[in-house]
Amino acid sequence: MLNIINKTPWDRPALDAALQCADGGSILLIEDGVYAATRGSASEARLKDAMGRLKIYALGPDLEARGVADRLTEGVTVVGYDGFVDLVAENKTCQSWL
Amino acid sequence: MGFEVNGKTYETDEEGYLVNITDWDEAAGGELAKQEGIPMSESHWEVVNFLRDYYSEFQIAPAVRVLTKAIGKKLGPEKGNSQYLYELFPYGPAKQACKIAGLPKPTGCI
Amino acid sequence: MTIKKFMFVNRKAPYGTIYALESLEVVLIGAAFEQDVSMAFTDDGVYQLKKGQNTKAIGIKGFEKTYGALEDYDVTKLYVDQESLTARGLTAEDLCVPVEVVSRAELGKHMEAQDVVLSF
Repeated sequence: MLNIINKTPWDRPALDAALQCADGGSILLIEDGVYAATRGSASEARLKDAMGRLKIYALGPDLEARGVADRLTEGVTVVGYDGFVDLVAENKTCQSWL
Repeated sequence: MGFEVNGKTYETDEEGYLVNITDWDEAAGGELAKQEGIPMSESHWEVVNFLRDYYSEFQIAPAVRVLTKAIGKKLGPEKGNSQYLYELFPYGPAKQACKIAGLPKPTGCI
Repeated sequence: MTIKKFMFVNRKAPYGTIYALESLEVVLIGAAFEQDVSMAFTDDGVYQLKKGQNTKAIGIKGFEKTYGALEDYDVTKLYVDQESLTARGLTAEDLCVPVEVVSRAELGKHMEAQDVVLSF
């Protein structure tokens, strides 16, 4: 399953919920969700812990817009809008953690 | 809505402001000035170019008070006062000069 | 007209919602009234000032550069809280304008000293 997160970890506990629930599959961080994948952020350790079982992606245009493209957490894969579409197509189901 | 100069079309909003700031060139500025009834002199262009520079640096059109202060700093105190600017642009320097410069209507322009 | 102390409290990241831009616009409009204006950036609001924003690819107008004009509008009191920066892996050097970094307790004291607090 593809899990999509679009809010910061402080704004909403959506990322933590997704990380706890997700049993394999992928997490895609978009919009304000991308801040979770920045070095030094309090959520970094939780994200890294999940990397063994989940593949973590972040949307490049949203990283650039927020000025954080150059401080991406190691192990997170950056995708563009085309990669976003591919992820949706590749996964059987898709959940936006609103 | 819009106008055409030398075969190039410029799109404008209902108040006559350019829709795309990147469309602007001197020909468009000249035509917008004509619509505003402003006879463009070197002093007029100086203010228009100042506004374009300000916009490219800060992404906003400055309020009149800020404009006069900033012009005074850059072009000299004799130009940094509202009397000088209103002589050049009688219906409001922020409003008219911004329009001619191809900028959106200034924030806080009431 | 008596001068009042206005503080704009910013707690949201830019672009994901409209709050950051709305706050900035109200500050710029309000500056015409020559009041004693300050801005506080706390929680996700500190992200508003992160240097190097480039919104071209998301098709939204960026406004990082506009914070640089605040000085021209005589808005020079920008408070950023240390705890919020630290939790996000940021320091004052990561920000696009000079700010005063304060503790949350100090920020609270500044809030207490206001006549009007506007929350965004």
